[in-house]
Amino acid sequence: MNSQFLIGYNDKDTFLHRLSGSTKLIGFIAFSIIGMVTYDTRFLIGILVFSLVLFKISQINIKEVSLILKLIIVFAALNLLMVYVFAPGYGMTIYGTQHMIWRNPENYFNLSWEELFYIFNLFLKYTFAVPLALIFLITTNPSEFAASLNKIGIPYKTSYAVEIALRYIPNVQRDYRTISLAQQARGYEISKKAKFWPRVIGNAQIVLPLIFTSLDRIEVISQAMELRRFGRDKKRTWYMEKNFKKSDYLSLIVIFIIVLVGVMLFGVNGGRFWNPFK
Amino acid sequence: MKNNGNNSIKTVVATGIGAAIVFVLMKFVAIPTGIPNTQLNIAEGFLALLGAIYGPVAAGLAIFIGHTLNDFVTYGSPWWTWVITDGLVGFAFGLAKNKLDIQSGVLSKGKLVWFNVYQIIVNFIAWVLLAPSGDIIIYHEPAKKVFIQGITTWIINSLSVAVIGTILLVLYAKTRTKRGSLKKER
Repeated sequence: MNSQFLIGYNDKDTFLHRLSGSTKLIGFIAFSIIGMVTYDTRFLIGILVFSLVLFKISQINIKEVSLILKLIIVFAALNLLMVYVFAPGYGMTIYGTQHMIWRNPENYFNLSWEELFYIFNLFLKYTFAVPLALIFLITTNPSEFAASLNKIGIPYKTSYAVEIALRYIPNVQRDYRTISLAQQARGYEISKKAKFWPRVIGNAQIVLPLIFTSLDRIEVISQAMELRRFGRDKKRTWYMEKNFKKSDYLSLIVIFIIVLVGVMLFGVNGGRFWNPFK
Repeated sequence: MKNNGNNSIKTVVATGIGAAIVFVLMKFVAIPTGIPNTQLNIAEGFLALLGAIYGPVAAGLAIFIGHTLNDFVTYGSPWWTWVITDGLVGFAFGLAKNKLDIQSGVLSKGKLVWFNVYQIIVNFIAWVLLAPSGDIIIYHEPAKKVFIQGITTWIINSLSVAVIGTILLVLYAKTRTKRGSLKKER
């Protein structure tokens, strides 16, 4: 429970930092949707390499994100293990061929090249967007983020809600820690040493005050915003908004071409899967 | 969001602060169940309260934003099918606002029982039907694996709302002034 869990904006002067938040947001959403749908290994490896190159350009310190990377890999590995345990023959059903490595298809637990290939594809799908997400989080100023959301067509009140969430996460976290320490001083045990139920009760003793102070905070903030006439007009201008420059248009064209290649591959492969076994 | 003065501002703020609380609860106050990527979330119980006070739009958007941000820093990228399902659950909880009428300060046992039956059905539709189907259609994951995750999530989320959600609703109702508590002197 330390600050390493949270990663945030880091002001530097690279190509990616100068790019407008809207461009990065469109890029991230476009890539994550096409990567979610496709099962073409070549395409997934392509995007992964591309996002690693961008990661290099963004000059993000690897130490800054090493803990989060480790956690992501552990979660992905657990998930893949579960995919294998619940359906060891799924790869063969998808690709329609049987190239066995270990035991026969009649056994429940067996291993085929198809299954390995399917799991490898899943691994790529779990990980390809990670560098992009980190780039997005670390190179985009949170204050500019709401402006970007508004620019791509999200209503400004919703954008403003996102902005409030980003702004108040550190405050809620600080409240949580303060209340937690106070309750521990009173003798509630919430660490791993406690048994399940004492731990649940200990957590509840933190959560209740946290929630009720936050409800008061909602009242205070909305009154302050009402005094400043928030929501009077249909539109809103943003102090941190960045205008599109030449590099933004170029990046959007590159994003469009990559997505187009991904869509065209559906036609070439005759579906979402690229099958090297035929 | 409709533009009707103070209410719409409150919805905006409740969405933002609600999302921040959901994020912190998901990050720090989650107890793993043993099945990968499923945990007992206190956030779901909080969602019931948020929906009962501020309605469907605030609750739905708050969990959508909070869950997306949490996925960003936990898994690297949001798992869209589950994020969207969570948003729908929040919206459905918010629809119970008028029926519960928590601002009146009176929360009868009947209303609580009704709400709990309602939330168990909502969670069933969301986690056993919608989320796994989305995973199968969009992500092409094995059916057995996603249904195990879905059923586990259904049980623990319903449990979280039934215990934590109910406690929060009762405590919040107690802080409200009861309707009709003042009598005109003659």
